[in-house]
Amino acid sequence: MTTQSSEAMNEQFDRRTLDWYIDKLVEVIVFISGISAIIFVIGIFVFVTMEGMGFLFDSFSFSEFFGSEYWEPSDEDAPEYGILALIAGTASVTGLAMLIAIPFSLGTAIYIAEFSTGKTREYLKVLVELLAAIPSVVWGFIGLTIMNPLIIELFDVPVGLTVLNAGIILGLMAAPIMTSIAEDALKAVPDRYREAAEALGATRWQVIYKTVLPAAKNGLLGAILLGVGRGFGETMAVLMATGHAVNIPGSVFDSVRALTATIAAELGETAVGSEHYQVLFTIGIFLFLITFVINLTADLIVRGIKNQ
Amino acid sequence: MSVEAMPVENLFTESQLNVKNKKIQSLYRVLFLLMTLLLILPVLIILGTLIVKGGSMISIDFLFTDPVNGMTEGGVFPALLGTVFLVSLALLISVPLGIAAAIYLSEYASENWFTRAINLAIINLAGVPSIVHALFGVGAFVMFFGFGTSILAASLTLAIMTLPVVIVSTRESLQAVPHAFREACWNMGATRWQTIRRVVLPNAVSGILTGVILEVSRTTGETAPIMFTGAVFFLPFLPQGVFDQTMALSLHLFVVTTQVPNVPEQLPYAVALVLIGMVLLMNSISIAFRMYLRSKKKW
Amino acid sequence: MVETMLESKSEGKSETASTAEQKKVKLDISHLTVSYGNDAAISDVNFKIFENEIFGIIGPANAGKTSFLKALNLMNTFDANMKVEGKILFNDRDIHQLKNVYALRSRIGVVFPLPVGLPMTIYENVALSPRLRGIKDKATLDEIVQRCLQRSALWDEVKDRLDSLGSLLSGGQQQRLTIARALSQEPELLILDEFSIAVDPVTTMRIEEVLKELKNEMTIILVTNLVQQARRLADRTAFFLEGKCIETGDTEALFNGQVENSKTTDYIEGRFG
Repeated sequence: MTTQSSEAMNEQFDRRTLDWYIDKLVEVIVFISGISAIIFVIGIFVFVTMEGMGFLFDSFSFSEFFGSEYWEPSDEDAPEYGILALIAGTASVTGLAMLIAIPFSLGTAIYIAEFSTGKTREYLKVLVELLAAIPSVVWGFIGLTIMNPLIIELFDVPVGLTVLNAGIILGLMAAPIMTSIAEDALKAVPDRYREAAEALGATRWQVIYKTVLPAAKNGLLGAILLGVGRGFGETMAVLMATGHAVNIPGSVFDSVRALTATIAAELGETAVGSEHYQVLFTIGIFLFLITFVINLTADLIVRGIKNQ
Repeated sequence: MSVEAMPVENLFTESQLNVKNKKIQSLYRVLFLLMTLLLILPVLIILGTLIVKGGSMISIDFLFTDPVNGMTEGGVFPALLGTVFLVSLALLISVPLGIAAAIYLSEYASENWFTRAINLAIINLAGVPSIVHALFGVGAFVMFFGFGTSILAASLTLAIMTLPVVIVSTRESLQAVPHAFREACWNMGATRWQTIRRVVLPNAVSGILTGVILEVSRTTGETAPIMFTGAVFFLPFLPQGVFDQTMALSLHLFVVTTQVPNVPEQLPYAVALVLIGMVLLMNSISIAFRMYLRSKKKW
Repeated sequence: MVETMLESKSEGKSETASTAEQKKVKLDISHLTVSYGNDAAISDVNFKIFENEIFGIIGPANAGKTSFLKALNLMNTFDANMKVEGKILFNDRDIHQLKNVYALRSRIGVVFPLPVGLPMTIYENVALSPRLRGIKDKATLDEIVQRCLQRSALWDEVKDRLDSLGSLLSGGQQQRLTIARALSQEPELLILDEFSIAVDPVTTMRIEEVLKELKNEMTIILVTNLVQQARRLADRTAFFLEGKCIETGDTEALFNGQVENSKTTDYIEGRFG
C-alpha cells in the first residue's frame, strides 16, 4: 500500500497544482500592494512638483519666497509671492497649540497610564478617542461660531478670529493623538522599573518622575513631534479660525493666515497653469518636505526606543 | 530623629518625609486629573452646544430634502448622498488595497531595509497635510489622468489619504493571530495563501472590520482633499456617475458657515450636528465592536 | 541525481543487512547542517530511517532535535533566518529539488511539543487537511473526521460537540486533536516532537498504544526526552547532543550498553541531561 502511494506521491512532487499557482499570484499581488505606499508617497512629491515646476524653475527666488512678507498674488502689475507672513502665521498658531497641547496631553497620558485603573481608564481612553474623531471642519466651525464671540467678550477685543482662537482649537485637535502616543510610550516602560522603585519606598509620583518619564523620554518626544506635524498640516480649522489676514502677528490677538489655508482658499480661484497656481503648488512642496522631515525624525526617535 | 528615641508604635507610622511625599503625590494626581477633564470637557460642551442650537432643526425631512433659496432653507440630502458616494467609492479602493498591503507586511515581509522603507512611507502618507493630498489629487487624478473634478478623482484622493489607517489596523489584527497557528497549517502542506485564507483572515476579520469602520469615520469628515478634486459648493441635481461632481456634507458645513449670506443661525449647527453625528456614530460602533471582541477570546 | 540515488540505495542495503534486509529506506540524511544566523543548531548529521519503523531521537534540551525536524519539513522556506545545508532524500528524492514542496509537507504529519488546536471547530480542525487536498464530499469528510478522532483516542470525549472550538479544549485533548489532524493528512511519515509534555500519563499510554498500531501503515519519528518512552516504542534510536548526532543504533542494543560513545550510556542512565 505504501509503495503504491509513494509512487503516486513522487509524481505529486513534480506537479504544480492550481493552489501552487494561486499562492504565487497572491504573493505578487500583495507585494505590489505593499509597495503601493512607497509609490504613493513618491507620486505625491512628483505630481505636486510637476504642477509647481513652472514657477520653481522660472521665477523662483529663494530670498523673495521665504524672505518677503508680502503675499499679493492678485496684484496685476507686479504680483508678489512672499510666504514669510504665512510661515509666521502657521508657526504662531502651531506654537500656541503646542503650548496648550503638550502639557495637557502629557498630563492626560500620565493620568490614564499611571493613576487610573480598570473601567475609569477605559472610559477616559474612549473619550480621548472621540475627541480625536471630531472632523477638522467642525473644529473650524466651532472656532468661528463659538470661540469667536467668546474671545471678543472675554478679552474685549474687536476680532475673535485670531492666533489665540486657532491656537486653542488646534491644541485641542492635536492633544488626543499626542495623548495616545504618549500613553503608548509610558505603557512601554516595563513594570519591573516601577516595582523596583516602589520596593525602595518611593511614592507613585516619585516613581513616575524619577523612573518612568526618563525611560519614556523618546516616545514622549516622538508624540510631541507628531503633534507639531499635525498642527503644521491642519487646513480647514485654521482656515476658518485664524481670520485669514496676511500678517506677522505681534500678539495672540492678531489675525493671521496659514500656509495650508492659503492654498485651500485660493486654489479654486486661480487659472490652471497660471503663476499663482504654480506658486500654490510650490507651497505644497514646501509643506510636504517639512512634514516629511518631522515624521521621519519622529519615527527615528520612537523606533530608537524600541530597538534599545 | 533616631529610631531609639521613638516609641515602638511610631516605627510603623509614617515619617514626616513620607507624609510630605504623599502630599506631593496627591497634588500631582489632582493636577493630572484636572488636565484630563479639561481636555475632555470641550467635547461635551461642543456636543451640548450643537444639540441645543441645531437639534430642533434635525428631522427626517431635513435629511431627505434638497437645500433651497440659495442654501438658506431646506435640507442636506444631496450633500449627505454625495458623502455616502465619496466614502463608499474611497472604501472600495482603499480597503482591498490596504488589506493586501497589510497581508504583505504581516505575512510575507521579513525584517530588512525594504520593509522599513514601506513602513516609513506609510507613516509619511498618514502625516502629509490633507491640503497636499488635495494638490496631489488635482495634479494626478484631475489633470494627469484626466478624470476632471469628479467623484472618482475625489474618492481616489480620499482613498490614498486614508490608506494608512486600513494598513495599520489590519496589520495589527493579523499579527494578533498567534504564529503557532500558521506553523501548524504550513506543516500540513498548506500554501501561505491557504493558511492566510483559512486560518489567519477568519480570525482577524473582526479586527479588520473595526479598522474599516474607523476609516469610514475619518473619510466622512475630510474636507480639504475633496475641495478641488470633486466636491462643489452647490449642485442643482444629483450626480449620475463617478465622473460627475457632487456636494458633500463636510464641504457643505464650510459653505453654509463661511460662503453663504443670510443663513439662519440654526442651519450650520444642524449641518454640523448631522456630520458629527455620522462620525461619532461610526466611531462608537468601532469602539463597541473592539470591546466586544476583547471580551470574546478564541484561544 | 541518478548516481546519488543508486549510491544511497546500495549504502542503505549494506548497512542494514543485519537488521532488516527487505526494508526500504524512507529518509536518507547526509551531511545535514542547520543554522540560524551564525549559530549552527545541528551540524553534519548522517543517518537513514526505514519504512514502517519507529525511529526514536533522544537527547537533552538544545541538542538540535527540533531543528532537525524543521529541516525535514522544509520549514526554512518560511523562516528567512534558517539555513539548511546537506542532503535529505525522501523516497530517494532530494527534497530540496522538488517542484512542489507543499505535496511533500502534506505527506508528513507533525505533532508539536505544545499542542496547537486551530481556532476553528473540532470538526474543521480535522477536516482541514482533506479539504486542502480537495475533498469536498461531506460523507467522506465525516468518515475521515470520525476515523482520525477515534484513532487518536479523542472521539468519545468530543463526539457530541464537534462544533465547539478546537483551540479551547484542554491541553491533553488539544494534543490528541493535533494527532488526529496529523493522521487526517494520511501521512507516510509521522513526526512526534515530545508529544507527551502537555499530556497526562494515562493519555500518554493510550497514544503510545496507537503509535504501535500506526507503525504498520507509516514511518514514525519519535523525538522524546523520556528515554524510557524511546525504549518502549522505538525500533532504532539516535542520540543527539549539542547539535551533533552522536550515534544511531538498535534501541535495545543501545539500552544494553552496546554503544560506540560512552556519553550515550551516560545519558540513557540519567547521568546528565
